[in-house]
Amino acid sequence: MLNQKPIVELSGLGKVFISKNNEVKALEDINLTIYEGEIFGIIGLSGAGKSTLVRCINFLERPTSGKVMFDGADLGSLMERDLLKARQSMGMIFQQFNLLMQRNALQNICFPLELAGVPKKEAKNRAKELLEIVGLTDKAKAYPAQLSGGQKQRIAIARALATNPKVLLCDEATSALDPTTTRSILNLLKEINQKLGITIIVITHEMKVIEEICNRVAIIDQSHIAEVGAVEEVFVKPKSKIARQLVFSGETHIDNYIGERKCRIIFDGKSSFEPVISNMVLESKTPVNILFADTKDIDGKAFGQMVIQLPDDDNGYYKIINYLKTHQIPYEEVR
Amino acid sequence: MWSEAVIKMLGVGIMETLYMTFFSSFVAYVIGLPVGILLVVTDKEGIAPLVPLNKVLGIIVNLVRSVPFVILLITVMPFTRLLIGTTIGSTAVVVPLIIASAPYIARLVESSLKEVDKGVIEAAQSMGATPLQIIYKVLIPEAMPSLIVGGAIAVTTILSYSAMSGFVGGGGLGDIAIRYGYYRYETEIMLVTVVILVIIVQIIQEAGFKWMKRADKRL
Repeated sequence: MLNQKPIVELSGLGKVFISKNNEVKALEDINLTIYEGEIFGIIGLSGAGKSTLVRCINFLERPTSGKVMFDGADLGSLMERDLLKARQSMGMIFQQFNLLMQRNALQNICFPLELAGVPKKEAKNRAKELLEIVGLTDKAKAYPAQLSGGQKQRIAIARALATNPKVLLCDEATSALDPTTTRSILNLLKEINQKLGITIIVITHEMKVIEEICNRVAIIDQSHIAEVGAVEEVFVKPKSKIARQLVFSGETHIDNYIGERKCRIIFDGKSSFEPVISNMVLESKTPVNILFADTKDIDGKAFGQMVIQLPDDDNGYYKIINYLKTHQIPYEEVR
Repeated sequence: MWSEAVIKMLGVGIMETLYMTFFSSFVAYVIGLPVGILLVVTDKEGIAPLVPLNKVLGIIVNLVRSVPFVILLITVMPFTRLLIGTTIGSTAVVVPLIIASAPYIARLVESSLKEVDKGVIEAAQSMGATPLQIIYKVLIPEAMPSLIVGGAIAVTTILSYSAMSGFVGGGGLGDIAIRYGYYRYETEIMLVTVVILVIIVQIIQEAGFKWMKRADKRL
């Protein structure tokens, strides 16, 4: 499905901020390869370094060590002029949209084209095309102050796409939006990725954004990449501590429940059509208490997890474990 | 008191005041606007950091701004004579007016441009904008409403400076107020000039705000 040609390659990337009294390592030894045509997610808690990372990709922040290869060119070795040119092939959208407040929607979309020296008329026609792509043809003359958050982000997306970039960087692009608007923006990004074949790099702190649109994900924690992999893989079997924390973010409170034995059942997209829990209870004749459940739709398959309280008597306990084992349902015991 | 001579004198006074104010404002902006822009862009957090230049400009601006205008008026007299050939009259007063107001305007411009959202500047950088493009396509247009208000403030300040120049024979309404009100105790004429000055200030202020509101697309 994916074209395996790398578009962005980060190797040994590091960024140290030096202030008067101390050095802060924002990023250390980051190695990532992002392929053409994929939607790649970078997730981390705030302060993990993800915003710095995305700014290193287009050299808004100059890395202090390592290399950034973009479309075959080493950005660090480019002259200033060529670097500015390269940035025109990388669109970027932001949490706060960052539209020019004194320009209307159409003029905002024309802005990067003006910077690139595209003739006015041509720019205007291109801007109109883009308004159509983002579904805001009727808002051409509206100023940002007259638009809702979702509309502003659509205009920002249109603006970022104006120069036909190869990559679109999204820095917390949906974090300022409500859930419904978030979904519509994510759908738009997906559509853009599929129709225009633009590689999208998504920075977020929300797992649901990753689940919704990303093919692969990198988890960043304390300036390092903790884990990289296909979204399904990371979601079903998170390896690092931080990954587990992000994936299982909703169940932090289960420790408070009484009962010694708990078990996490994982729905990995295969077993979701079977009534797993009902069958388990019927077959083992042991009632269970559901402590936590969370299922999601990823790429049309149901993924999720459920934490159940296991019976205290050994008999019931083994019946349930046996059931899970024989039906090959992924599970793990938690204490 | 409303003799033809007085009315004519007031008329000339108004014209001189307006001439001094607007001509000085114009030239002061020619100097102050680029200096203000430089103060912002060469700042160590700016889009083209050049800290030594920034420091030097900052020091010059602060030095000139800390000299009270009445004193500056007298201090620059030799320079004015060199430039204009005389130290009295409206044209001569324009010299100290420009010297005093250019750094003031530079600071006004600086504070207006600093109001521009950092995110918007970053967005422009992410599109490959050069520092020059950021200045004339982002900083100035985005700060325009604030620059206009700053302009109105600058012009009214220059107007009040121009009135002070009456003490050295600078001409204009201030000169009339000082000569008649202070030296000759003709309070009425002084009051009339004060009223005219107030009206002029009001008009400039109002026009500035109206223009700002029309220019600002955020409202």
